[in-house]
Amino acid sequence: MPSRKAAFSGRDQLMAKLVLSPTILAATFFIYGFILWTIWLSLTRSTILPSNHFVGLANYYDLFGSSRWWRSLSNLGIFGGLYVLISVGIGLGLAILLDQRVKAERLYQVVFLYPMALSAVVTGVAWRWLLDPGFGIQAIVRSMGFPHFAFAWIDNPDMAIYTVVIAAVWQTTGFMMAIFLAGLRGVSPEIVKAAQIDGASTGRIYLRVILPSLAPTFFVALVLSVGLAIKSFGLIIALTGGGPGYSTNVPSIFMYVFSFQRGEMGVGAASALMMLVIMMIFVLPFLLLDSRRQA
Amino acid sequence: MRISSAFSPGRWLIYGVLTLAALFFLLPFYVMLVTAFKTMPEVYSTGILALPDSLNFSAWIHAWSAATIGAASEGIHGYFLNSFILVIPAVIISTAIGAFNGYVLTHWRFRGSNIFFYMLLLGTIIPFQIVLLPMAWVQGRIGIAGTLVPGLMMVHVIYGLAFTTLFFRNYYVGIPHDLIKAARVDGAGFFSIFFRIMLPVSTPIIMVTAIWQFTMIWNNFLFGVVFTQGGQQPVTVAINDLVDTVTSVHMWNVDMAAAIFAALPTLLVYLIAGKYFVRGLTAGAVKG
Repeated sequence: MPSRKAAFSGRDQLMAKLVLSPTILAATFFIYGFILWTIWLSLTRSTILPSNHFVGLANYYDLFGSSRWWRSLSNLGIFGGLYVLISVGIGLGLAILLDQRVKAERLYQVVFLYPMALSAVVTGVAWRWLLDPGFGIQAIVRSMGFPHFAFAWIDNPDMAIYTVVIAAVWQTTGFMMAIFLAGLRGVSPEIVKAAQIDGASTGRIYLRVILPSLAPTFFVALVLSVGLAIKSFGLIIALTGGGPGYSTNVPSIFMYVFSFQRGEMGVGAASALMMLVIMMIFVLPFLLLDSRRQA
Repeated sequence: MRISSAFSPGRWLIYGVLTLAALFFLLPFYVMLVTAFKTMPEVYSTGILALPDSLNFSAWIHAWSAATIGAASEGIHGYFLNSFILVIPAVIISTAIGAFNGYVLTHWRFRGSNIFFYMLLLGTIIPFQIVLLPMAWVQGRIGIAGTLVPGLMMVHVIYGLAFTTLFFRNYYVGIPHDLIKAARVDGAGFFSIFFRIMLPVSTPIIMVTAIWQFTMIWNNFLFGVVFTQGGQQPVTVAINDLVDTVTSVHMWNVDMAAAIFAALPTLLVYLIAGKYFVRGLTAGAVKG
């Protein structure tokens, strides 16, 4: 009975739409709607409470007139740049080493990756302890017979941002390692064998054959690590509290402080939008390139 | 690609570097653990690397039930419980919705469903700062501002959907559509196909998604600090308060014990089901 079946299938199609519609509505409202809403807020004189008093770009003038915002941006540049380079670099290195038919490979992986299961706040607390000049690494090295050894970056406004790099690298390098290891395991053995038969050295094979074939993996690792850098918040709050002073403020902390502590919602909204713009600038080209490669 | 497997100097170098790296990754947790078992006089008198004289549980007990967080001195146990009260429903709801979404997006496609999927993917990329202010306002308007459940839970469910939908969509796309077609010929409908064909083969992706959501929500700090207050806060926010609370003497041993408590659930999940956790990390990485 084709007519009955058609009726059934029509009902099922309707059901499918009904099932997906809450998510469609939620995504439209809570993602796209909220982005537009935040843009609107950034153009208003919203302080502790939202206001619809339009002020044009005044909040953006305030934002880019603020030395604290510029410090946040430059910190993100320093922290993000170093963090991405180091975590991707070490992650790749560890993946290559683990790919050498290492005994206890699984154990090494578990150890390299466990920080990823920890909260950023826990990571921050642990490193704050290790980096404390009176107790941590400085004290250890001094007690080993180097009484003048100095490593007090966490108390130094010029150096504190580098402690954030250390803790962030510690937390996510294993993640990068896992991504590269998955990539390495996907390299076809034939092309490697062919290169070996040609008499290429191991180093050469890596440089000329294996790493180029990992280009998509590099994309993924870069996109993810850039995203992690821009979103970093709990780690820095727990490690340095954004200080000393505001020397380790980044845009995520700036946004939080201005929106929820200082009652400057308009400026906070403007900084949130800038975070989205930064993310899009760094992530979209990669994603577009990547989808073109796959197509 | 492998370097020769005989135990050459090169092999020793590989193991040396890997072991050094392993020590670097283990160091912070080791230091936390030994510190948490010390008394404060011991913390001052011994080095940070030194083992405790004896296994002293006073810091653990203090962190659990007596440490000062905010206005109360009842330790973190209430906040620890809060995190479970938050995480369990949030994981179940977001995973279930993700499963149905993935099912529709792969086997019941309709005009625009693919476009919607790509629109939803933006939710996996955006810095969530962009939604905080409107969400705070909405929660205030509907009278759930500052609450753990439903307030904070709702936030985690909504912003977890992009991830859970992505996971299930990428998994269900690998299930042959002919199976669904055949079931439809036999008269099975939308839900019976889901429960009888899709769900029985979904255990791995349910594990991956539930573990991913559990870890993300448990560890989250941003939403917790923005959307909850006082006794409603999840454990990550409480840990930060505890560490920040300025007392006459900074009790490092208590800080460390509390931090380990907060880390324990996700750490255990990782040690027991690490395979699924890693798969979630790399699945989240490789888009559909």
